[in-house]
Amino acid sequence: MAAGVAAWLPFARAAAIGWMPVANCPMPLAPTDKNKRQDELIVLNVSGRRFETWRTTLERYPDTLLGSTEKEFFFNEDTKEYFFDRDPEVFRCVLNFYRTGKLHYPRYECISAYDDELAFYGILPEIIGDCCYEEYKDRKRENAERLQDDLDSENNQESMPSLSFRQTMWRAFENPHTSTMALVFYYVTGFFIAVSVITNVVETVPCGTVPGSKELPCGERYSVAFFCLDTACVMIFTVEYLLRLFAAPSRYRFIRSVMSIIDVVAIMPYYIGLVMTNNEDVSGAFVTLRVFRVFRIFKFSRHSQGLRILGYTLKSCASELGFLLFSLTMAIIIFATVMFYAEKGSSASKFTSIPASFWYTIVTMTTLGYGDMVPKTIAGKIFGSICSLSGVLVIALPVPVIVSNFSRIYHQNQRADKRRAQKKARLARIRVAKTGSSNAYLHSKRNGLLNEALELMGTPEEAHVGKTTSLIESQHHHLLHCLEKTTNHEFIDEQMYEQNCLESSMQNYPSTRSPSLSSHQGLTTTCCSRRSKKTTHLPNSNLPATRLRSMQELSTIHIQGSEQPSLTTSRSSLNLKADDGLRPNCKTSQITTAIISIPTPPALTPEGESRPPPASPGPNTNIPAIASNVVKVSAL
Amino acid sequence: MKLLPCSAAKTSSPAVQSNVEDELEMATVRHRPEALELLEAQSKFTKKELQILYRGFKNECPSGVVNEDTFKEIYSQFFPQGDSTTYAHFLFNAFDTDHNGAVSFEDFIRGLSILLRGTVQEKLNWAFNLYDINKDGYITKEEMLDIMKAIYDMMGKCTYPVLKEDAPRQHVETFFQKMDKNKDGVVTIDEFIESCQKDENIMRSMQLFENVI
Repeated sequence: MAAGVAAWLPFARAAAIGWMPVANCPMPLAPTDKNKRQDELIVLNVSGRRFETWRTTLERYPDTLLGSTEKEFFFNEDTKEYFFDRDPEVFRCVLNFYRTGKLHYPRYECISAYDDELAFYGILPEIIGDCCYEEYKDRKRENAERLQDDLDSENNQESMPSLSFRQTMWRAFENPHTSTMALVFYYVTGFFIAVSVITNVVETVPCGTVPGSKELPCGERYSVAFFCLDTACVMIFTVEYLLRLFAAPSRYRFIRSVMSIIDVVAIMPYYIGLVMTNNEDVSGAFVTLRVFRVFRIFKFSRHSQGLRILGYTLKSCASELGFLLFSLTMAIIIFATVMFYAEKGSSASKFTSIPASFWYTIVTMTTLGYGDMVPKTIAGKIFGSICSLSGVLVIALPVPVIVSNFSRIYHQNQRADKRRAQKKARLARIRVAKTGSSNAYLHSKRNGLLNEALELMGTPEEAHVGKTTSLIESQHHHLLHCLEKTTNHEFIDEQMYEQNCLESSMQNYPSTRSPSLSSHQGLTTTCCSRRSKKTTHLPNSNLPATRLRSMQELSTIHIQGSEQPSLTTSRSSLNLKADDGLRPNCKTSQITTAIISIPTPPALTPEGESRPPPASPGPNTNIPAIASNVVKVSAL
Repeated sequence: MKLLPCSAAKTSSPAVQSNVEDELEMATVRHRPEALELLEAQSKFTKKELQILYRGFKNECPSGVVNEDTFKEIYSQFFPQGDSTTYAHFLFNAFDTDHNGAVSFEDFIRGLSILLRGTVQEKLNWAFNLYDINKDGYITKEEMLDIMKAIYDMMGKCTYPVLKEDAPRQHVETFFQKMDKNKDGVVTIDEFIESCQKDENIMRSMQLFENVI
């Protein structure tokens, strides 16, 4: 949709007539259309399949191959068409991008082939519309993982760079296949976990009788042996925990992690038991503590990937489980109440209270049916059967939903995290690419201005240096220039504005501002924060959400570039750049997702050299240069 | 899939509903413009120009009409630094001559025909219509102030010199001094046209966009 806006430029320019009677100053001259040619159909022959489109359609994105003069390299004089020896299927998507402003990713296409084609035509994959971006990123990730796996298996034969002892230890703990020692450690701990769990279990088995006393569980009969086993296990676990604690890169994070808590809980009862004497009062509590020894079984999750996934998905499925529990509770309470009142009449009824009926309801609904509580009245039996029927439904229905949710939520969670991480990277990549393209753009701007300056000064020399700016751009600049003239104010970029803030406040409060001069950074950030608050009120964000969502969210980026001016600057901040690249000023740069299709600088004063600069920072210059820019750059 | 009992989904559904209805409405409104020959006769554009204009129009608004939100959106893309919604609102009212809340292609062409191919008189008439917000034939200071504020809003914050609070008001004062001949506090269409015809700058700038298409 952003593409079509260029077609509305004539309308915006015509509407500018509304400013004319209000303006106090004369308006700048309109850019003339030097080579005004009628809109023509051009033929693109891609490996034999012919596509036709208007020339202006392609010129919507002047930073791509098809939109720039680069396509002239592919012009075939004999057939008067542009021939590309590329895949026609992907070209269909590319051309649709020019037509509709949205780039789609076809599912049947191979990801690397698609990427190659996009790179050839000079289109950033980040422009892919939200409808297809998920798919694209998933496929790309799979591909990258595949490549990474190949790379890893190669690397495993090579020797790793030397890590510190601590790091090696941590790596050994996390990935037991890295070295033989790690593998040994892994199996030893696994063995001891198993021993410990089996010990706990066998402890309680009745072990035959000692003549003269009742049957004892094995734990009490061979208490010394079990105590030794327990001690050994706990010692191994303690050593393991301490080693992990030592090797952990972030000890605080390690202590907070679930696995370490399980470790601690597993070994605590032993130590508490050591500390406490054989006191009758606390032995009850002590027995309870021994229950926690069963948590040692969770230590197996370090050894089993499946357990970890299960735990994670349970955690992420909590809301569904919560709902299941809630609906079950509702049903239980309802049926328990009903059964209680139904059975109230019958004598010797086991349904003594509603909570007592809970047990019946649960057993019936889960189709267990122990039979320790049965209804005796007719009404009770009727309601009992209704209860068991609905129990089947209530239990059976959410379970497949939850199971399918497992996989969906699991993947979704992973994808959401990845998307968040990707978004920053995606924006950063677009920003980097934008600076690259805006370099070229600004270069042409400066050349264009030089041309105009030369022409205005009357030099008849060859003024066609570098690439010519497109007509649309120059017309848009002219429009903005008219607005400047109407209001008698100029557009400047943010850095200059903040400088002005600083200077004007300096003039007003010379005494109090001196400390802030040294902390110039602080001032810019406050200006910046104000500015960033202002940007959230930009028209694009005022629009109703539905509209925004229907557009390309990232079709443009608002970047701020700054660089040291190599030449003196004039207040009329022309958007040109020095020869070295445009370095975005990270501190004051902001990424606002505005929806603009046309690259446009905020101000353009072609007759800059004839105006004396209004205030300080230096004498005017014949060669325009800029201090910094705010460049709104199109998606391409 | 939030299945929690406290169904928070309920609170958002009315908003979603109205959005869906809105979109449904917009989708079902389909407007086809009059025949090309008719438009060519009514306006001062050639067939080819009308074709180009319609292609751009249809691309942006497939349903054939522009409602105010789309209009504001499109217009704001040309003025990234400031807030052009107010001015776009006034502009929309100026284009929507039959005040039905939507600008069809005919309205669009009618407006553009005046702006780009009309006589100076017609253009000034159009501008007067734009400024006269309540279309009563008089431009009051308040109306002019609204328009001026809207124009200054489009500049945004980062301007040189720094935009002062009363800049629009001062501008309105200057405007009224120039235009209001009998000093009665309102500007009529005749005063407006007369004063504009005397001002060379304005006359020249009216011709500025002759070759826009």
